[in-house]
Amino acid sequence: MTEFFQLFVNGLTAGAVLAISAVGITLIYGLLNIANFAHGDYLTLAAFAAFGFNVLLGAHIIIATLAAVATIAIFAVALEVIFWRPLRRRGARNFISLFLSSLGLALVIRYSLFLVAGPSSRSFAVDRFSVVELFGVRLSQSALIGIVITVIAMLSVGALLAYSTVGRTVRALGDNPSLAAVSGIDPNRITLHAWVIAGSLAGVAGVIQALVLTSFDANMGGTFILAMYVAVILGGIGDAYGALVAGLVVGTLTELSTWTVLAGGIDPRYKPIVLFSILAVVLVFRPYGILGRERLR
Amino acid sequence: MSALVSGEFWALVGTIAGIYSLLGLSIQLQFGTTGLMIFAQTAYMAVGAYTMAILTVRVGVGLPGAVLIAIAAAMLFSFVTTMPAVRLRGDYLAIFTLASAEIVRHVARNADNLTGGAQGSIAIPGGEGGSQFDSGWRLVESEVAAIIGSFTGNPVSHNVTMLVIVWTVFLLISAPFALAVRSPWGRVAKAIREDELAAGALGKRIKRIKLQVGVLGGAIGAIAGILFAFHFGFFVPDDFAPLTLLYVWTAVILGGMGRWWTVPVGSLVFGTIYAGTRFLEIPPIDLLGAAERAYVRLIVVGLLIIALMAFRPQGLLGRREDSVLHG
Repeated sequence: MTEFFQLFVNGLTAGAVLAISAVGITLIYGLLNIANFAHGDYLTLAAFAAFGFNVLLGAHIIIATLAAVATIAIFAVALEVIFWRPLRRRGARNFISLFLSSLGLALVIRYSLFLVAGPSSRSFAVDRFSVVELFGVRLSQSALIGIVITVIAMLSVGALLAYSTVGRTVRALGDNPSLAAVSGIDPNRITLHAWVIAGSLAGVAGVIQALVLTSFDANMGGTFILAMYVAVILGGIGDAYGALVAGLVVGTLTELSTWTVLAGGIDPRYKPIVLFSILAVVLVFRPYGILGRERLR
Repeated sequence: MSALVSGEFWALVGTIAGIYSLLGLSIQLQFGTTGLMIFAQTAYMAVGAYTMAILTVRVGVGLPGAVLIAIAAAMLFSFVTTMPAVRLRGDYLAIFTLASAEIVRHVARNADNLTGGAQGSIAIPGGEGGSQFDSGWRLVESEVAAIIGSFTGNPVSHNVTMLVIVWTVFLLISAPFALAVRSPWGRVAKAIREDELAAGALGKRIKRIKLQVGVLGGAIGAIAGILFAFHFGFFVPDDFAPLTLLYVWTAVILGGMGRWWTVPVGSLVFGTIYAGTRFLEIPPIDLLGAAERAYVRLIVVGLLIIALMAFRPQGLLGRREDSVLHG
């Protein structure tokens, strides 16, 4: 049973990173038709920003996290103004041109980071070797900090989407743009709000991921981009709550699939195949997401 | 600099360009002509190359049999991964196929008992002292080399022989491609790209053509993969990484959509930009070390994709009406 709880906790942590990232991706995807494959690199940038505040400037990890979140939120809004908006004005409005542009953007961000920071791995100034034991589950101190930040972040995201004006208008616009516009919602302002949310969430997810992995380089976020999209599709494109739930489901299922009680469990090396099978099953049976309605065209 | 003036070097560059142009043809058929957003073409290469090598080394199948079965395996793979296209919106297909290509690479890296794992084809179990998958091919190649040699009067090298073979295959596949695109079948494929609902309303067999395009693209990709394996005599899973796929996509878009001959032009321009950032000794590139150059080159590719999307979605030689990218 200890093994189960260990895997479950690992899965929840991995799932939380996916969930928080997927909410940001799905909001932008639903609102602007941008399947942003550079989102993973926003996470990497956040990890590097937090590293700068935490290690280079000596701030506490919580302060560094907040500063990194603010940095990536500003970065995301700046990119909307200098990158996405001009692209849309030039006619790049359909899925494929925006998707390819985001791949180009991902290359630019990732390898600019490599150019500046080099290929070596970084770690935050937290004790990486002390291990906390909770109900037989072993957690590193950085993973524990990660879980604490995760819980706070998940609750705030849920509350933000449910109760704040920003959250409700963003969801309304993602759900039905023309109806939202008729109701007096200004799409341009909401677009910026959505990028603030997506950027902040990428910031949180990036720091958590760096904490959980204990060390990172410029490839960090990009490695998980397909897993994030599995969560986005499972949640239903544009559905923020769906993404939140789906991220947790994807993370936990992938991790639990290695549980030895389940006919020996699958080889951990094949975890990505579990992920892919989830995607295949979803596309066959519920392409509109676990919480969604049929809306395919 | 001596490398840049040697004929051998350019024969090698030309051969690689030919292999990727073939792969580009697969993209040109699936996306440029039919508008299917399939991102699995490097996986066709991988399935083709690995199936051929494993059959030859482990099972002892002869060269023609192994090649034909390998092509069939890639066609089966592309059939299965094109299935979502029949029913779902294009963006689901893009993400699904991209994921499926990553799974192929992941299996190749980890199934050591079958594929040799991360060490690549040299470690495929069953061979005696390393990979033997190209011994049958070398006989064929030496015969071709002898034929070419009888025209030139001099014996020709591996690179030159492969250059001739690869581009011959490219032209042999391009000819039916060009005819098919102009045929009624090709017009329906283009109609699917332009307006699927309208094409369906006219009673066209949309599902069937989408699957045919998927499977044919798989066959072309497998041929590219098999030639890749024969040319280098060795390959690893990461030869079929997403970055390679993005390069070939960029080359195809750079050339222009919907025409076969824009593919080699795009590959040539892309290859020049790509190699130029590495080899050219001109300022400001010469200020950078080798590692920095590798990073700068990827940044340049990223900027190139963005610039194409923003300023010239139809590519260098494409027609605006054939561009799937804006609209």
